[in-house]
Amino acid sequence: MANTDNYKNIPAEKFRFTNNRSSSDEKFKTKQIGYLEDAWHRFRMNKSSIVASIIILVLVIYAIVVPMFCETTYSRSLTDTTYLTYTKLLPKTKHLQWLGWDGCHKVQLTENNLNYYKAIEEETGFDVVRKVYGQESTEDGRVLYDAKLDSYTSNGFLYMTLSQEQYDDLQAWQNETGIQVIYPAIKTKNVSDANIWYEANQKGVATLDRNGNFVNVYKTSGNDGNYSSLRIAGDPGLEDAEAKDRYRYATVTGDSTSVSYKCRIFKYTYFQYRYGFEPCFVFGTNALGQDIFTRLAAGARFSFIFAIAISIINLFIGSMYGAVEGYFGGALDLIMERISDILVDIPFIVVATLFQLHLAKKVGPVWSLLFAFVLTGWISMASRVRMQFYRFKGQEYVLAARTLGASNGRLMFKHIFPNSLGTLITGSVLVIPGVIFSESSLTYLGIINLESSTMTSVGTMLANGKDYLATYPHIIFMPALFISLLEISFNLFGNGLRDAFNPALRGADE
Amino acid sequence: MVKYVIKRVLLMLLTFFVIISGCFILIRLLPNIPAQQFGKDMSLVLQRRVRQGLVDANGNAIPLIQQYWNFITRTLLTGEWGVSESLYIGQDCMQVFLSKLPATILLNVYAMVFAVPLGLLLGIYAALKKNKWQDHVISTGVMIFVSVPSYVYAFLVQYFLCFKLKLFPLVMNSGTNYFSASMFHSMLPAVISLAFGSIAGFARFTRAELTEVLTSEYLLLARTKGLTKAQTTRRHALRNAMVVILPMIIAEFIGIIGGSLIIENIFVVPGVGPLYVNSITARDYNFFMLLSAFYTIIGLASGILLDLSYGFIDPRIRIGSKANGKY
Repeated sequence: MANTDNYKNIPAEKFRFTNNRSSSDEKFKTKQIGYLEDAWHRFRMNKSSIVASIIILVLVIYAIVVPMFCETTYSRSLTDTTYLTYTKLLPKTKHLQWLGWDGCHKVQLTENNLNYYKAIEEETGFDVVRKVYGQESTEDGRVLYDAKLDSYTSNGFLYMTLSQEQYDDLQAWQNETGIQVIYPAIKTKNVSDANIWYEANQKGVATLDRNGNFVNVYKTSGNDGNYSSLRIAGDPGLEDAEAKDRYRYATVTGDSTSVSYKCRIFKYTYFQYRYGFEPCFVFGTNALGQDIFTRLAAGARFSFIFAIAISIINLFIGSMYGAVEGYFGGALDLIMERISDILVDIPFIVVATLFQLHLAKKVGPVWSLLFAFVLTGWISMASRVRMQFYRFKGQEYVLAARTLGASNGRLMFKHIFPNSLGTLITGSVLVIPGVIFSESSLTYLGIINLESSTMTSVGTMLANGKDYLATYPHIIFMPALFISLLEISFNLFGNGLRDAFNPALRGADE
Repeated sequence: MVKYVIKRVLLMLLTFFVIISGCFILIRLLPNIPAQQFGKDMSLVLQRRVRQGLVDANGNAIPLIQQYWNFITRTLLTGEWGVSESLYIGQDCMQVFLSKLPATILLNVYAMVFAVPLGLLLGIYAALKKNKWQDHVISTGVMIFVSVPSYVYAFLVQYFLCFKLKLFPLVMNSGTNYFSASMFHSMLPAVISLAFGSIAGFARFTRAELTEVLTSEYLLLARTKGLTKAQTTRRHALRNAMVVILPMIIAEFIGIIGGSLIIENIFVVPGVGPLYVNSITARDYNFFMLLSAFYTIIGLASGILLDLSYGFIDPRIRIGSKANGKY
């Protein structure tokens, strides 16, 4: 056996390659089933993963399509102050009202409150109190009514000061469509609430006449800038436009150079005038009056893009780092491992906070959060790749390729790296829900703030809704549902991917 | 074994030192608010800053390298973490921190008391009924509960149990009377929200481990030599599965102290979590340093405990397992 050991003494220059053929494989002559195709074949077998991927697809389509096509004139006007008149409206659909998706909520009202809403109903003709379920009396003798209240119409009136053009335009629109927006001005004695068009005491409690009807306090004198549009029922001006006791529809303020009109505007129909459609928000509106349906889609789109970007960056850095570590081994590996050991042990919340404190002012909160995710996120990728390299670099086929003259780079990325493709794909898919979850937790805690008029994230929406959990749960419900669906389906999808790429691990959790 | 433990602990201390040094330098590089800014009577804060070696006697900053040296010698070695500068002005950070710690620990202990038995029972039951409908129900439930973020349970618990059904108060009682009945009652929503995820985690892990053991050959041997199914399960399968489950429970317990941050905030628990968040919003850097050190130690300790207990229970495993992809 001594002869065979002698190879060490042969000088290197005596070796030469037997031929100049490249060390690449020959092409298969038959149809080949590739790695990905094989994995897809196995993935299809897993029913729950298929369902999960359909759900993910729906969520992704929602995030892509809605901001592109479902934006309305309302949701597009991002900094409109009229938003503030349409806050906390409940989810409402046109066709699924029988499911209870009708923008109404059940509330307990005192008799005075009930009258207040009944008055809006009487004046405008819109349903406000949809139903009174029953009543109960409290210990101190008051009567409470359980009523179903329409959040859209019970929104009521507001005073709005219009310029001459706006006033004319609104009147013209009223004439054209026959929808009443401006309601008669009232003699404000005690109460400044625009909803109280009837006799009431200082607290706004209606003083009814003998038959139990409201007594109106419409203004019948003064200038209203020759209002010449729709008049409400019972207005003497209906028969004779010049009648002395006709209702006045505005209070004129300002001097002759710039006249302005203070009008009582019904919010519901004003919305139609302003935005061209009836207010109907599928997911309702939030505390700032923003449409949750489009806002959530925009937030979801941001969260998806953000998470995918991080996943790709981590994949890239991690596989480079892991490949170098695993392939060269030795002292280099030891040093690089210690570095990643230290990085992986920093609590993520501390990293995120430090980046926020240092970088947020310079590069913005989004970038600083992205750097925080990248700083520690690549390590799990690197350790996966490193493990695969350790497992495969000593194998005979690698040795064979090296003997045929394959370079380090070729060995690393053509021969060894593809072995880790499966775990890498699984890993980088599972980064996405992880990032979205961490982002939402950090935003929820108020450590980062991604909210602006043009941008939001799912976590921001959750954080903004938490104050209204008890009173308006719909604000927090949709973002919470979205993120729960996303996490569940991504986990199922990830399991399916793992089973497809590594059939040996099938069924093992974690 | 002793050598292994010492090696691990030394490595942990080194990691801790590097992380906390990085934190210190990054914090000190931030524009620091001078103590005088907060009001007239900041002499105590200033005094302590001088004693910590962060400023000289006139209140001027001293070079960063020297500050760092003082930080190592005074803060790390003697535990002088300074006084709060904007949150609880003038109070000792360590004292405040220690007064907040019981609430956090108690909350987690209660959560574990719920989660461990329930999680193990569900996991064992699912493993024994593998691929029957009971298993499918439990596995589906576990899948859902593992995936859904804990704050979503917290919302549900708060909305349905606290607000609609009025079973519990919306937030936890303040005060330090931790063992009174009303305090326990007010803690329950937070405990339930915390326990959900852990129950699901334990159930999944137990099921996975136990099914693996149940299909092994030595169990078949135990059955062939005449033991009943209950006997094999109890004496052979469970004990062997516990080798892996027990360390996980220990590590989870340590880890959960750091993980209850968001739940503590939702239910306004007077614990460490809100303190950390407040210290960030109030830019109270002494608190931030102390709590960062706390969370780092928690993370390191749970990792090392997991490794060591594997090593103790099963001497074949002495390899460090690494946290994978956990943010």
